[in-house]
Amino acid sequence: MNMLMKWMGVAGLLLATAAPVAAAELLMARVDKLFPEAMAQLQSAISSRGYTVTRLQEVNENLERRDFKSDMYRVVYFGKYEEVKRATASHPALIPFLPLNITIFAEGDQAILVASHPQALRQFFPDAALKPLFERWEKDMVAIMDELREAK
Amino acid sequence: MLTRLLLVALLAGLGLSPAMAAPNGAKLYGRNCAACHGETGNGGIGVPLALPSFQADISDDYLRKTISLGRPGRVMPAFSHLDKAEIEAIVRHVRSWNKGPAATYSQRLVKGDPAHGKQLFGQYCATCHGATGEGRQGVGVTFSRPRDLPIMAPALYNPGFLAAATDAMIKATLMHGREGTPMTSFLKQGLKEKDIDDIVSYVRSFEKQPLPESAQLLQAEGPVIIRESAYDLKTTVENVKQAVTTHNFFYGRVQTLEYGLIEPARENPKQVIVYFCNISLLNQALAVDPRVGMFLPCRITILERDDGKVQVMSVNPKVLSRLFNNAELNRLCEQMSESYTRIMEEATL
Repeated sequence: MNMLMKWMGVAGLLLATAAPVAAAELLMARVDKLFPEAMAQLQSAISSRGYTVTRLQEVNENLERRDFKSDMYRVVYFGKYEEVKRATASHPALIPFLPLNITIFAEGDQAILVASHPQALRQFFPDAALKPLFERWEKDMVAIMDELREAK
Repeated sequence: MLTRLLLVALLAGLGLSPAMAAPNGAKLYGRNCAACHGETGNGGIGVPLALPSFQADISDDYLRKTISLGRPGRVMPAFSHLDKAEIEAIVRHVRSWNKGPAATYSQRLVKGDPAHGKQLFGQYCATCHGATGEGRQGVGVTFSRPRDLPIMAPALYNPGFLAAATDAMIKATLMHGREGTPMTSFLKQGLKEKDIDDIVSYVRSFEKQPLPESAQLLQAEGPVIIRESAYDLKTTVENVKQAVTTHNFFYGRVQTLEYGLIEPARENPKQVIVYFCNISLLNQALAVDPRVGMFLPCRITILERDDGKVQVMSVNPKVLSRLFNNAELNRLCEQMSESYTRIMEEATL
């Protein structure tokens, strides 16, 4: 009976969360480096995979200009021209999610990286034609995160 | 040694490497857990998994279920992309910090008086775990919780917690407390075992209640909000710039999607993005969850299609609640979704 109750509990949870599943849809990494060093390494890791960094959004500066306190915080936008051109020509609804970006912010003497998992894009845009592109982005994003996380 | 060689030969014959046969727990932990729980399990955003008192009272099964089910609405995601072997490898890695044997618990429900348990809960538990066990701001609901807290008081009224924790485990935690955290032994606070059973039965009764708001994520109609414009591209861009200012945002800049990817003369002028922001709103969102910066600044895309028709579109902010698994973002996401829709409709109608 108790076992049955447990299973019912788990089944209930699965049913309750069936629609908005709280799945791991973000890629995150904690980097054991000070923010400036981690930031430089992030840009290098992105560029070394053939991407162009198009913009560095200075979030903390914008907050501080209006007297809000913030630690170092940047959003790094990047992409590959041909990829972006092809993908958005066939799927314009992808534009709001592009260019790709990785957020980096300081936490004490470490830095945290966050990016939307390309698997989330696969859920939003299930067209099989986009699958190889999303898989390539996923491989590159994971490699970038690994490179920074494992760097000593 | 011979056995190991035979195993490697067998795996090679099957086209599998030993690494595939045995997932690397440390690497998987680094990729999936370390950002919140720390590389050495010292915590930070998530529970300090290496804390000896945590290790002493937590069963392997609790860890497995927590990894696979997560805590809906409370940042800790369900790692549904990990298979059984990978979850086990992470559990083994986390257990490598444990000096003693792992706790094991009976699956049997604890019998108690939930009505009396409710009364005791209000007296002894609610300060940290919330009046109805839903957790409180700053103790696990937000990613931005104060980092000086040694541990987050778990949201007991969360379906992920209730599915992962057995009654016996909850009881053991109440009996022993958790050294190194504000959770002290209830026996030392003067409660009897019977009282603790009553509290456990009250906590278990949460399963029969409707899903708490703190575990609910927003449903989005779709990932992108799209509206057709009655105007040409140039006019629509100007309309969007005007509309954002009337909705308490400041207009930042206009760029093509391909800005920075190619020399300016070759950028596609028919894919334009208007960037805008409300710094106060940004500050509020970052205070709840600093990860939302990846969707900032706010932006609306204006696109002229091949047939000459103009569309405006943006990410539907409601998908962010699910993406970040943070129910605390729901209100802001709904507010942003409404603002985006109004701006887009004002600019296109």
